[in-house]
Amino acid sequence: MSSSTNHDVYFIPEPSKWPIVGTIALTTTVIGAVTSIHANEINLILPVGFLMIAYLFFGWFGAVIKESMADCYNPQVDRSFRIGMLWFIFSEVMFFAAFFGALFYVRIIAMEWLGGSSNNAMTHELLWPAFEAVWPIMTNPDNVKYVAQTDIIPAMGLPAWNTAILLTSSVTLTFAHHALRANKQKPLIIWLAITVLLGCIFLVLQAEEYIYAYSELGLTMGSGIYGSTFFLLTGFHGFHVTMGTIMLFIMLIRSIKGHFTADKHFAFEAVAWYWHFVDVVWLGLFIFVYWL
Amino acid sequence: MSAVIEEHHDDHDHKPTGIGRWLFSTNHKDIGTMYLWFSFTMLFIGGALALVIRAELFEPGLQFVEPEFFNQLTTLHGLIMVFGVIMPAFVGLANWMVPLMIGAPDMALPRMNNWSFWLLPGAFGILIASLIMSIMGMGSAPNFGWTFYAPLSTTYGPDSTDYFIFSVHMMGISSIMGAINIIATIINMRAPGMTYMKMPIFVWTWFITAYLLIAVMPILAGVVTMMLTDRNFGTSFFDAAGGGDPVLFQHIFWFFGHPEVYIMILPAFGIISQIVPTFSRKKIFGYSSMVYATSSIAFLSFIVWAHHMFTTGMPVATELFFMYATMLIAVPTGVKVFNWVSTMWQGSLTFETPMLFAIAFIFLFTIGGFSGLMLSIVPADFQYHDTYFVVAHFHYVLVTGALYGIFAGVYYWLPKWTGNMYDESLGKWHFWVSTISVNILFFPMHFVGLAGMPRRIPDYNMQFAEFNQIASIGAFIFGFSQLILLYNVIKTIRGKNTEKATDQVWEGAEGLEWTLPSPAPFHSFTTPPTVK
Repeated sequence: MSSSTNHDVYFIPEPSKWPIVGTIALTTTVIGAVTSIHANEINLILPVGFLMIAYLFFGWFGAVIKESMADCYNPQVDRSFRIGMLWFIFSEVMFFAAFFGALFYVRIIAMEWLGGSSNNAMTHELLWPAFEAVWPIMTNPDNVKYVAQTDIIPAMGLPAWNTAILLTSSVTLTFAHHALRANKQKPLIIWLAITVLLGCIFLVLQAEEYIYAYSELGLTMGSGIYGSTFFLLTGFHGFHVTMGTIMLFIMLIRSIKGHFTADKHFAFEAVAWYWHFVDVVWLGLFIFVYWL
Repeated sequence: MSAVIEEHHDDHDHKPTGIGRWLFSTNHKDIGTMYLWFSFTMLFIGGALALVIRAELFEPGLQFVEPEFFNQLTTLHGLIMVFGVIMPAFVGLANWMVPLMIGAPDMALPRMNNWSFWLLPGAFGILIASLIMSIMGMGSAPNFGWTFYAPLSTTYGPDSTDYFIFSVHMMGISSIMGAINIIATIINMRAPGMTYMKMPIFVWTWFITAYLLIAVMPILAGVVTMMLTDRNFGTSFFDAAGGGDPVLFQHIFWFFGHPEVYIMILPAFGIISQIVPTFSRKKIFGYSSMVYATSSIAFLSFIVWAHHMFTTGMPVATELFFMYATMLIAVPTGVKVFNWVSTMWQGSLTFETPMLFAIAFIFLFTIGGFSGLMLSIVPADFQYHDTYFVVAHFHYVLVTGALYGIFAGVYYWLPKWTGNMYDESLGKWHFWVSTISVNILFFPMHFVGLAGMPRRIPDYNMQFAEFNQIASIGAFIFGFSQLILLYNVIKTIRGKNTEKATDQVWEGAEGLEWTLPSPAPFHSFTTPPTVK
């Protein structure tokens, strides 16, 4: 056998309790979520489930970090992690694709048909003759059941600022990565901290925007398809930014602890990929949800 | 915490013991075994539901169940068979065989592998609990068909729909992680010399299937999430009153659903492509065309989804596009059938149980393929839509297609897994009883369907009675004949009164998995084999 290959030593982890913990955690969370939704108030099961998920993340990632620090991982394992992260992000892209697909279908097809285009003149006439097919929809077909918003968030206000913030955060993260590769500890920590901070600012502004939408514009999840697509797209994006910010924060702690070396820091890279992905999704949101 | 298996590590065959071996497993064989047993258990649960359906349909009028409960039966039957039987069985086979076939020690991400499995009992526990609650008179289980169309599942869905939604989320997480694992294994763990175009076809079909899974399971997660918010948080994705559209549900669902049906058949294609050459004692005919055909089918599966929706009132141009695109799939599928038949041509054939199931697969899957072609024709589909013809079609591709592929694979690899030969005459009994009864069961459905009997109803017109009785008789024989398989599998595992299997097992078998001892050692290849 050629000794130059990485196949010489295989890494197989020992039996692990984390998958079972993960299953119990997710099942508990799910049951907690449904019972809470049905009772219309958050019960005890849901937070317990979330705590278990947190325990899962700390435990499982902790075990992996320990193994990584103990140099258990050879280049083959590293490649498996990379492939895994790459295709995980692809699956996330497809998750957002479902919601973008819904948005495009509604804007290009469903709304036009409700307005009577194609062969739907009678549908329009008989169902909701007053409905006008103009995006954003400011009067819903049944504006009693779904009360439409009085106004929408203008793209060039706060969303434009958020775009600038997220784009900047991608740049600062790249600076941090360059510093890491050059083995410069201090700039690494500074740039990474700035990135975390930008992520937090984005989230605060987004929360501000939601409060404004709900209290001033009447733009809610219940204000028709505009509100539905708006809140689910931006909401899931915001959730991803939250996760990304937490991940970046953990990378910051691990950088301070000196876990990473110039040529071995896959965790950092994985988080960076994730952050750039979240950034790209935001660009899609900014263009198709806020702007056009 | 971790173990590094080094070269010439001589006690590599020690196994963890007790319940912990299964709960905490990081071993692809143990996890594969759990997947397969889970799937087998679900087969009997889903099958029992089907038998209640067939008992009710034995004659017109209402006999055993109320219409409301009948709807729950068809829904749970479909969901369990699709997500609980066919998909886990294929993942189980992939877990067992892909590392063996490519010369790897295990899957690339063994802990995640175990999580993928253990999410399934959680997800199905929730789903089946809703059925048990329904039987006990506490609310209704999901009752809107396995396709859970809006508004049946949104406006009119029972409370258990929310449990169903999260159960689907868990199945999705499981499938996505399983698929990522298979992709990482195939890209990264192949033995030196195992180039892509030397991989066994089963590995190829799973490689492509895994990409389909990663692409469409998130879409399913998206659509059930929209259902959840429509039901509970006031959104109007599927409600035209708010500017949404119930047909939007069908578009998103079938954008997932159509690739999903190929997810359930491509691995079966792979199994058949392993078995037919072995028992023909020839190399597979047209290896590279098999790979390209599989890829083409996977690509086409993304642009045919609306053929499930011809009667929703789409523009004619759209219907024509989806009709022609659908018909195009017959070309790569035809290539595959041609290659299997050509592999057998002038081969030195023997007809052990795996080969019998493989040949039956080729015949019966092709019948299902042809009825699919009939359904793809827009004007004809207006007649066939939502009739028993559709039921006949997809049961031919899913039972005598996907499930027969799984049966064939189980018989083919069981000696390698257990080290013992299964009972060949019991295998033949299982095959003949199943194959005759499955045709008694599903073939008459073509006729009642063409005559206009709608699907998903507990009662029907008198004129359909004879064919329904024939189908129900076939159903009970088919259902109980699966106990022969169960008995045979248990007998083989126990290994009393059975022959020991040789390493190669089958005279004509080729590939790395047959170079290992039978039963395959706990850790497969501790040093990578070299493929010439």
